[in-house]
Amino acid sequence: MKPLYQLTIKEASDLLEEKKISSLDLVESVFKRIDQVDEKVKAYLLLNRDGAIKSAKLSDERISRGKRIGRLDGIPISVKDLLCTKGIETTAASNILKGFIPSYNATVVEKLERAGAIIVGKTNLDAFAHGSSTENSDFQVTKNPWDLNRIPGGSSGGSAAAVAADMCLASIGTDTGGSIRQPASLCSVVGFKPSYGRVSRYGVIAMASSLDVVGPLAKTAEDASIMMDAISGPDDLDPTTIKENENFTNLKPISLKGLKFALPREFFAKGIDEDVKSVIMKAVDDIKGSGGEIVEISLPSVKYALSVYYIIQPAEVSSNLQRYDGVRYGHSAYRDRNDLKLEELYTNSRGQGFGKEAKRRIMLGTYVLSAGYYDAYYKKALKIRTLVKNDFDKAFDKSAGGADFVITPVSPTPAFKVGEKSNDPIQMYLSDIYTVPINPAGVPAISLPAGFVERVTSKLPVGMQVIGSFKDDKRLLEASIALQDLLKIDEKPNL
Amino acid sequence: MNSDLKTTIGLEIHIQLKTNRKMFCFCSNKGEDESPNTFVCPICLAMPGTLPVPNIDAIEKIIKLGLSLNCQIPEKSKFDRKHYFYPDLPKGYQISQYDMPFCKGGYLEVDGKKIRLNRIHLEEDAGKLIHDGERSIVDLNRAGTPLAEMVSEPDIDSPSQAKHFMQSIQKLVRALDVSLANMEQGHMRCDANISVTNGTKRSPIVEIKNLNSFRFVEKALTIEQSRLQDEFDSYSGKEGKVTRGFDSKSGVTYQLRSKEEAKDYRYFPEPDIPPFDLTDKSFIDIERLKNEIPMLPEQKMAVLAEVVGDDLAKAILKIDHKDATLGILGDGSIDKKGKLMFGKLIVNNKEVLNLSREQMVDLAKVLGEKVFPSNILRNIISEAVKSGDLISSINIADDKSSLTEAVDSVIKNNPEAVKKYLAGKKETIGFLIGQVMRELQGKADPGEVKSSLENKIGG
Ligand SMILES: [Zn+2]
Repeated sequence: MKPLYQLTIKEASDLLEEKKISSLDLVESVFKRIDQVDEKVKAYLLLNRDGAIKSAKLSDERISRGKRIGRLDGIPISVKDLLCTKGIETTAASNILKGFIPSYNATVVEKLERAGAIIVGKTNLDAFAHGSSTENSDFQVTKNPWDLNRIPGGSSGGSAAAVAADMCLASIGTDTGGSIRQPASLCSVVGFKPSYGRVSRYGVIAMASSLDVVGPLAKTAEDASIMMDAISGPDDLDPTTIKENENFTNLKPISLKGLKFALPREFFAKGIDEDVKSVIMKAVDDIKGSGGEIVEISLPSVKYALSVYYIIQPAEVSSNLQRYDGVRYGHSAYRDRNDLKLEELYTNSRGQGFGKEAKRRIMLGTYVLSAGYYDAYYKKALKIRTLVKNDFDKAFDKSAGGADFVITPVSPTPAFKVGEKSNDPIQMYLSDIYTVPINPAGVPAISLPAGFVERVTSKLPVGMQVIGSFKDDKRLLEASIALQDLLKIDEKPNL
Repeated sequence: MNSDLKTTIGLEIHIQLKTNRKMFCFCSNKGEDESPNTFVCPICLAMPGTLPVPNIDAIEKIIKLGLSLNCQIPEKSKFDRKHYFYPDLPKGYQISQYDMPFCKGGYLEVDGKKIRLNRIHLEEDAGKLIHDGERSIVDLNRAGTPLAEMVSEPDIDSPSQAKHFMQSIQKLVRALDVSLANMEQGHMRCDANISVTNGTKRSPIVEIKNLNSFRFVEKALTIEQSRLQDEFDSYSGKEGKVTRGFDSKSGVTYQLRSKEEAKDYRYFPEPDIPPFDLTDKSFIDIERLKNEIPMLPEQKMAVLAEVVGDDLAKAILKIDHKDATLGILGDGSIDKKGKLMFGKLIVNNKEVLNLSREQMVDLAKVLGEKVFPSNILRNIISEAVKSGDLISSINIADDKSSLTEAVDSVIKNNPEAVKKYLAGKKETIGFLIGQVMRELQGKADPGEVKSSLENKIGG
């Protein structure tokens, strides 16, 4: 048998159910793996060793009494350090929140704990989820397990690296413009961004409220659906959640035969790495080979989506970061100097606590919302956002011969080298060009491992993005399970 | 001095809504007198990741207020964020409404004049900053209290009218039970804008902030009015707007800031709260809210005055807090005289209010047909309140008054017998009793008849 830390949720769950392994075995195996490799990968900001061991024992007790809660009971997972965990330090990887211990759980964390999942630690991210490489973390740079000189993607880079390196069975990330899908793609794991509102945002430190989505990173699409089963659903604490519940229990693959997959021209034009493109086209051929119908479409408004995103996102960021003022919690300049005037308390606390990228976005966002510019930027961006939504509605309109799913690359290139783009924000922003348009539209999308490209020193993973229509999360996951069976990418990085 | 200048006043009134929970979290809304920061939670402290959950009760209350002020309730509404840094504002923005308030337009009649409203919107109150020498301390118990902001058009033409406007609004919100509206406790606060004009030139518009009593509203506006009149000739007419504070202790206004420091609040739609569809009955039922609106003080006054006249109507409203009279006077089964007599009675005898509604109706009907001496009426009512049986107390009183009548007529018609009795022939009383008993067809107690005769004849 393979080491326990290599198991999928499904496999581990079956073994727990059959009492062939214990949750404690599983959790200890995962911590052993973390001890072996995280020094190199640096995926975790914090380990919840004692809490996890305690929970594992409780889980084993339940199992022995025949009272196992569900398929996540006893399963070790990790959570991006953007989600509040009661009694456990939550930092958003930013100095301004260093030492902050929430008195409450994010709804997602609450649901996972109630499902019996065991949180082994909090994973690294770009501070406040601002970034695509995890290099913007104020504490450490996470490395790609496939090539330790390269970035794992971001902002959920810690989660993707932890799953890829078998340092947890699955993880929770957040996705505002690709932050689940892009690192999943670069690390060869499954990353699912649900429909906007499918999963509660309560207790998830906000980046851009109208775009933020919480979702799983996992080893398989089936595992992702098991995670969705636990975390999704309406929440009284988040008025933007979708009111209807969706059942993700025991999803099975659906037949690809007769399904219509659309390739939008705009996503395969210039700017894409040729090797990446051929990995995707090979996958598309496989889909065709198994009876899927492939059509080409145009999403004409998508070319504006990046601009729309870089207006709406910093606008909301600038607003959401206003609360970090050094008055109630987090970093406060007052601690060193209590003779500060109010104005100085604000400028010093924020000046010291926020990193470069947060400051950049605060300035951009403040600018686009300020009097005289609001109409030219923000208001116009909202209008174009509607056009982007309409494009996707049209693409999925079955009555007009629309597609079941849209297929695109996730990232125009494989993982780049640490430091390669960190001084060029525009280049960094462009690495999200295929994932960003999905968030303003609110539709669900998944990154599935599709293959590898060869580079001089290593082979690097490439993910394929499959997009579904709004609220069609369940069918997208069912199709993804089938696609994963078809593509059969199950190599592991050599650490 | 330019006394022919016309004064223009507009008011912005903040009204704390009386709800169980705060506007966007689940904290009790009753923390105003409690120790600082004990009525707070992660949401109203703006802890990372927390989200606002709008209080539907507050939305219903502001819409009720709007409906009773003739506002238009739009089909769609939304919240917006208004940004500024201040320690009493935990999120660094206030959730307020920018361009789609819950209530648009509307008006209120004050001193016979229609004062138009611009809007009423819903927002959250900030916390309190307590200044303590060099330090300032923050109390967030109040942070997140639902706050209705009512903005009038500049239709008010005198400081006293401004005061009356405020007083009417206070009465209204209390009648609607949407706010406690105690000005001293800050449930209701007011910013006033005032300017004067000669028709071609306008003085600067002065905004006076945070007026927290009716008296201060009138006083501060009066001070500013005379200042603007006195200085009118020195104005260019292009001064724009200035903000002043009012020091209630010394009774003077002082410069706060001029327009150069005007803030940019960077309003944008609140992304954490989806827009509201006010035509969606499953969310909010405007028709139901309309039906729930009680009769307002002016309407009550009008209804009462029509039956009993202005003075009596005012007196009734003062004592009849449960509007019992209103119900009786609106009852079609009672004639006009009965209603009037009932109205008069209630002012002189509050005990009537202790009768049940049915008893009041019966009483009003009887009063339409019959006149009772006031002492007898008093007895009827206190008996009825005790026994719960109005009709029999009226009958007993009836009997008593007919006994008196019979005694009187027997005495009058039998002067000989009375004379004999007075001369010492006490047995004559038997004859007189017999006469009374005959007149009352035996329906009286001979002992009572006897003592009544003895009392009347004396001797
Ligand atoms: Zn609260």
